[in-house]
Amino acid sequence: MAPHFGLPEFGFLMRGLQWTMLLTLVAFAGGCTAGLAVALLRTCGHKGVEWVIRIYIGIFQGTPLLLQLFVVYYGLALTGLKLDAFVAVAIGFTVNASAFLGEIWRGAIQAVPRGQTEAAMALGLHYSSRMRDIVLPQAIRISLPATIGYLVQLIKGTSLAAIVGFIELARAGQIVSNQTFQPLLVFGVVGAMYFILCWPLSWWGSRMEARLALASQR
Amino acid sequence: MGYTLDFSVVWHAMPALLWGCVGTLGLALAGMTLAMMIGVAGVAARDSKAAWLRALVIGFVETVRNTPFLVQIFFLFFALPLVGLKLNPTVTAVIALGVNGGAYAIEIIRGGVQSIHKGQVEAGYALGLHKGQVFRFVVLKPALRAIYPSLTGQFIMLTLTSSICSAVSAYELTSVAQRIESDTFRSFEVYFFVTFLYLAISWLLMLGFAVISHRFFSYPTR
Repeated sequence: MAPHFGLPEFGFLMRGLQWTMLLTLVAFAGGCTAGLAVALLRTCGHKGVEWVIRIYIGIFQGTPLLLQLFVVYYGLALTGLKLDAFVAVAIGFTVNASAFLGEIWRGAIQAVPRGQTEAAMALGLHYSSRMRDIVLPQAIRISLPATIGYLVQLIKGTSLAAIVGFIELARAGQIVSNQTFQPLLVFGVVGAMYFILCWPLSWWGSRMEARLALASQR
Repeated sequence: MGYTLDFSVVWHAMPALLWGCVGTLGLALAGMTLAMMIGVAGVAARDSKAAWLRALVIGFVETVRNTPFLVQIFFLFFALPLVGLKLNPTVTAVIALGVNGGAYAIEIIRGGVQSIHKGQVEAGYALGLHKGQVFRFVVLKPALRAIYPSLTGQFIMLTLTSSICSAVSAYELTSVAQRIESDTFRSFEVYFFVTFLYLAISWLLMLGFAVISHRFFSYPTR
């Protein structure tokens, strides 16, 4: 006799939710670090480097996240490293995040008025101080709505780890659904959990976007 | 330990993979068509006088945009048979892609419609255009032109998202790749190559969209 969806099943989903959140946090933190490097290289002024980074970004934007995950997951397995499934998918999402965040921040860096850089140069500031003290603080403000938008994408994207077998929220939902034969209830609850995680972020992002648009009108 | 890459499996499976590309394109085009229909109907409902209809559309858009496609397609996969629609996985996938893309299309199209100033429509009438002409030349074409980049970008996203439909074993490139992988155990080679097939598909679509844009939307605006 199949178990009904009850507290133990709900608890199992909650543990899946924890893994989803942990995976998102690790990938976002890694993606922010690598993404900053990508954005800085993309705007460094050296034609060859910029071109290579452009292709790097283009590959991630032009291929499905699921396939990127497959390639990283099976590619890492080939290197002979015995990696935990969590580490393997976290690396996959981090690489994807580096490309998307890099492109978002590239746009933001270029959106900072050119006069700011010129003034900083006239003051004799060198590259690192110019970026750290003048350009990046303004670029971060500009890029915040898009960055939050990507964070929501990332939370939803981690569900694809389910397809390579890592047990996060979506995979936990599949398992419970197979046990209880109540797919609509289970996937409804799973969907609601994702919604509770994503919706406040989406709302915050669009509110900030509206505020920034208003500020730039003045 | 030695593992030698062997891409000959990819070569042997080429016909199946190319048919998979055709499957993906078909799935994507059908999904885009449905998404556009949902988008246009949704915009009309979103700005209707009935408050419940407006709330319904907002709820639909927010739900779709804040939950993963994988969960949506699983839900539909089990929900559609309950309402009497016993469909094969590929048709289910088209519906899931259309519903998902439709929610994004509603937001995009709405932005385009709002970008047309009322004065432009009035100017059209003042010039002696009749209702159909005003709609076609003053509202529709400039609105489409304004949203074209975001709409086609969304369509390419939809095409890439279609890979997730392999989870319900719809007929498309990723499910073909999964079958070849389970026959040959050459996971990395197969997925690596298929990733570049997807890249080619999105380039092809971008090119197609650019040609359409050049043909219909290259006229001066000021």
